[in-house]
Amino acid sequence: MGANPFFRWSYVTGQWGQIQGDLVQHIELTLVAVAIGTVIAIPLAVLSWRYRILRTPVFGFASTLYIIPSLALFAVLGGVIPGGYVPPHSWFTAEVALVGYTLLILIWNTVAGLNAVPSDAREAATALGYSRTAALLRVDLPLALPYIFAGLRVATATVIGLVTVTALIGLGGLGQQITYGFNISYNTPIIVGLVLSIGLAAIADLLLVGAQRLAVPWSRADRRARIGR
Amino acid sequence: MSFLDRLCDWFTSGANWTGSNGIPVLFGRQLELSVAVVLTALVIGGGIGVVFGHTGRGGLVAVNAANAFRAVPTLALLTLLAIQPSISLKWGGFLASWIALTALAIPPILTNTYVGMREVDADVRDAAKAVGLTGGQVLRRVEAPLAAPFVMAGVRTASIEVVATSTLAAYVSYSDLGTYVISGLNTQNTVLSVAGALLVGVMAGLVALGLGLLTRAVTPVPLRSRLRLRIGGGPAVAAAET
Repeated sequence: MGANPFFRWSYVTGQWGQIQGDLVQHIELTLVAVAIGTVIAIPLAVLSWRYRILRTPVFGFASTLYIIPSLALFAVLGGVIPGGYVPPHSWFTAEVALVGYTLLILIWNTVAGLNAVPSDAREAATALGYSRTAALLRVDLPLALPYIFAGLRVATATVIGLVTVTALIGLGGLGQQITYGFNISYNTPIIVGLVLSIGLAAIADLLLVGAQRLAVPWSRADRRARIGR
Repeated sequence: MSFLDRLCDWFTSGANWTGSNGIPVLFGRQLELSVAVVLTALVIGGGIGVVFGHTGRGGLVAVNAANAFRAVPTLALLTLLAIQPSISLKWGGFLASWIALTALAIPPILTNTYVGMREVDADVRDAAKAVGLTGGQVLRRVEAPLAAPFVMAGVRTASIEVVATSTLAAYVSYSDLGTYVISGLNTQNTVLSVAGALLVGVMAGLVALGLGLLTRAVTPVPLRSRLRLRIGGGPAVAAAET
C-alpha cells in the first residue's frame, strides 16, 4: 500500500490553489443557503405561529423538503432548471435544494422559541400598550433568539455537510476533493475534504456562538441562574 | 408525452419490478441497510447516552462531541471506507455503507437519549432511591420508561436521515434505490431520478409511521397524551438549552 498512504502531505502543498478554491466555493454555497433560508424561514415561522391554520401546510411543506434525499432533490431540480445538472446553472439547483433543507430546522426552532416566550413578558408588553406587531418585534422575537440561534447552528452544520454532495452536479466545494479521491482511489484528497469540512463547521459554530452572545447578552446570566437552581 | 406520463410508464413497466435491479429488490436492500444502521446506532448511541444520563457526569462533553460529529460529511466517510481494499468489497459493499451511515445515525440518538435521561425529574429519581431501589432498578423502572419517548424521537430523526442518505451508498458500493437516482443523474434521465426519489419518500413515510406507532407503544400510558406535541416536531434536537 505504498502507493496510497493514509495521508500524503505533499498533495496538500502541491494542490493548495485548488483546495483553496474548493474551500471558498464551499463557504459561498453555505453562506448563500443559510442567509436565504433565514430570510424565508423566519417570516414563515412567525406566520404559522400567529395563524394556527397555516401551521400544518408550512410544516408539511418544510418536512417534505427535509425528507427528500439530497441527491434526489439535486437530480429533480437539475431536470427542472434548464442546464441544471452542470455549472454554472447547477448553482441554482444546489442553492434551491440547500435552502430547502434549512427551512424545517429554522422554522421549527423559531416556532419553538416563540412558544417558549413567557406569557408574563407578553402580558407586560400588552399592558405597556404595545401593538401585536411591536410586541412581536421587540418582545417575542428577541426572547426567541436563543432558539433561533440554535436552529442556525444546526442548519449551518447540516448545509456544510450537504454541500459536499453537490459535487455530483459539478459543484461541491470540498466535495470535489472527495469525489476526486474516490475516483482515483486516493485517500489524501478525501481526508483533506473531510478535515476541512469539519474545521469549517467548527469555525462557523464558534462564530454563531459569538454572534449569539452579542445579540442575546442576557442569556448568559439566565444560564447561570438555571445551573444554580 | 408529458413527464407525468413517462413517470407512470416507468412505474407500470413490468421490467422495473423484476430482476436484481427491480424495485422490490432494491427497496428491500435499502430497508435492510437502514434497519441495520439504526439498530447499531441505537446500541452505541443509546448506550452512551444512558450511561452519561444515568451518572449525570460528562454528559455535556458527550453531547457536544456528538454534535461535532454531525459535521462529518457522509460522502467523505462512504468514499474513504469504500476505497479501502480490506473493506470495500466485504459483504457486497454493505460493510462500508453500514459503518459510514452508523456514524451519521449515532448523534441524534445519543443526544436525545441523554436529554431524555436528564429530563427525568430529580425528585422522582430521589423518591425511587428513597423507597429502596438500587441504581440498576432506578434505571430500568424509572428512568428508562420516562426517557423512552425522547429516545424514540432520536431514533425517528436518525431513521429518516438514514433512509434518505442511504441513497448515497449507491454512489460508492451498495446498490439500493439510490441506484435509480444516480443512474438518472449520470444519464440526465429525470424520470429515473424522480422515480427513485419517490420510492425513497415512500420508505421514509412508512418508517416514520411505523416508528410513530412504536413510540406510542413504549411510552408509559399516563404520558401518551403529551406525545403528539413532541413527536410532531421536525428535527428533535433544538439544543437550545445545552
